[in-house]
Amino acid sequence: MQIWDPTYECMPREEIAQLQLERLQATLNRVYKTVTCYKRKFDEAGIDPEDVQSLSDLARLPFTTKEDLRLNYPYGMFAVPLREVVRIHSSSGTTGKPTVVGYSRNDIKTWANLVARFLTAAGVTHDDVVQIAFGYGLFTGAFGLHYGAEAVGASVIPMSSGNTEKQIMIMQDYKTTALVCTPSYALTMADRMERMGVDPKGLSLRVGLFGAEPWSEAMRREIENRLFIRATDNYGLSEIIGPGVAGECESRCGMHLFEDAFIPEIIDPETCEVLPPGSVGELVLTTLTKEAFPMIRYRTRDITSLDYSPCECGRTIVRMKKTMGRTDDMLIIRGVNVFPSQIEEVLFDIEGCEPHYRLVLETEGAMDVLEVHIEVTENIFFDEMKKQRAFLEHVEKCIHKVLGISVTVKLVEPNSIPRHEGKADRLIDNRKR
Amino acid sequence: MLKIKNINTYYGQVHALKNVSLHLNAGEIVTLIGANGAGKTTVLNSLSAITPPKTGEIIFEGSDIAGLSPDRIVNLGISQVPEGRQVFKPLSVEDNLELGAYLRYRRREGRGAIRKDVENIFSLFPRLRERRKQMAGTLSGGEQQMLAIGRALMTKPRLLLLDEPSMGLAPLVVKEIFGVIEKLRGEKGTTVLLVEQNAKAALAIADRGYVLETGKVLLEEKASELLENKEVQRAYLGKDKKEIWER
Repeated sequence: MQIWDPTYECMPREEIAQLQLERLQATLNRVYKTVTCYKRKFDEAGIDPEDVQSLSDLARLPFTTKEDLRLNYPYGMFAVPLREVVRIHSSSGTTGKPTVVGYSRNDIKTWANLVARFLTAAGVTHDDVVQIAFGYGLFTGAFGLHYGAEAVGASVIPMSSGNTEKQIMIMQDYKTTALVCTPSYALTMADRMERMGVDPKGLSLRVGLFGAEPWSEAMRREIENRLFIRATDNYGLSEIIGPGVAGECESRCGMHLFEDAFIPEIIDPETCEVLPPGSVGELVLTTLTKEAFPMIRYRTRDITSLDYSPCECGRTIVRMKKTMGRTDDMLIIRGVNVFPSQIEEVLFDIEGCEPHYRLVLETEGAMDVLEVHIEVTENIFFDEMKKQRAFLEHVEKCIHKVLGISVTVKLVEPNSIPRHEGKADRLIDNRKR
Repeated sequence: MLKIKNINTYYGQVHALKNVSLHLNAGEIVTLIGANGAGKTTVLNSLSAITPPKTGEIIFEGSDIAGLSPDRIVNLGISQVPEGRQVFKPLSVEDNLELGAYLRYRRREGRGAIRKDVENIFSLFPRLRERRKQMAGTLSGGEQQMLAIGRALMTKPRLLLLDEPSMGLAPLVVKEIFGVIEKLRGEKGTTVLLVEQNAKAALAIADRGYVLETGKVLLEEKASELLENKEVQRAYLGKDKKEIWER
């Protein structure tokens, strides 16, 4: 297994802490001086950068949200004058004013280096032909992967998104070995190959780097089985840097988050309290090396958990779980935060379960009750009631272990749950408010 | 090898260092750059306990050295070359070097070993050998700087603190001295903390750098990246002077 930047990726935990503290203090001194928004927020919270003397003091600083970026549209959050910015990216702005982010020359280098780390972790080398099927444009995905793959020394095909038949033709003719796109587009390609009569086994493709949207383990298996590749996950968001915040290694037990460049925290999205390691909650990120667009405690709205135990690959940096959806998906059931994706994950791990399920919330007396409906399949059809009851109890126990609340599991007719992508369709909330 | 956490140093009422944290890995050359009064020299003086910090931790090779006296610190393997050389002017070059080994005499190390090290210094700076009997006060600025470095090396430090070694020297001499610093790291693995006004020269030989401003650290980056940083270029490398951007 190759490691792109062992100095930082395999740094002893104690040294990571020292480096993070130094860089955090320097970043705070800088943003307090150069970004009006941060100065105002810190002053309002009555905190001076000098008060931050340890990494735990970070929790005393105010959060930054997408709203702050919108209020400071377009350049208000930049920490350097515009003429030192060499690149500008922005979000699509479908839900309001877009958010604008900038990169200095060093930021572009830092970014390429971070992307090179997760490409290397996924097994991409200078021998690979990398087809980038993210849209080139304001979106950070394509350019991030492009510069990172060039840094690794791979041959980059800047294909951009769309034009699926041409994508497949190029993939065949140019002997693409690594595919970069969204996981759903990988499946679209697989569908199209089927229709075109192209056998994916005849391709040179061996690895896929998928990101830019949350995807389940079920989807990973489907992609791997249909395209005959290893599908790896990576994480990033434009407000922080774009792709290059975290990525999976070959052990695929979570995404290594590059802690020399970012400090992650997990908070309860309701109370905003910092949660202990291992808890599921909202990811909050602070940048440590960004020059043009530093972010202090940015609320990503992504739900995940952090694992600080050492990984067999040799990297010492923390691993974040595959994102389990957005804070907007969160349900509060009897005071416990529940994410539908947590239940999906449990079901997926139980032998015999197909990921066709529905969550039904009811009020019984003053209590919220959660029912999980699973479709009967051949695998879980039992003629004996005893066996069926044992199976249901097993599922209930597994869910209880993860969520900490008890639920009722019921079997329903095959094909009685509508087939849709997206979480909203899986949830029926009949609670009386 | 060295870890500093949140040191605060005062000159009377003046708060000269505010929560400075930095580290050095063994065998690294790290430079501190910044304007006059930024606190660069104060960092060195805090380390060597000439102006001990009021609060904060200084961990050298695993043990906390904050609060130790300067001689104990030298004894542990940290040696400082002060700003303005401060050689003993009425003494000969040789005597200056031997005085550098004062603690080793106290430890009853054999005279032979110390003599041998004086010779080693001479092979590092051949010009000092030519002037071994001369009074230090009669040396040129560059030679005095070489002597000051040589004197610090006589304690056989693992960490060398250098304060403005290029000050007032001709470019060619600066080049020679910086060449020796690189050689020391390369051959003996000496770790170097270098304070410099001449940021360009310092960043050229350093692995990493910290930018200080009014007693605070503003940046920590690889030296090559600091050279690319526009803020550093404008403030410390003398580029872009015409286009200073007013915020």
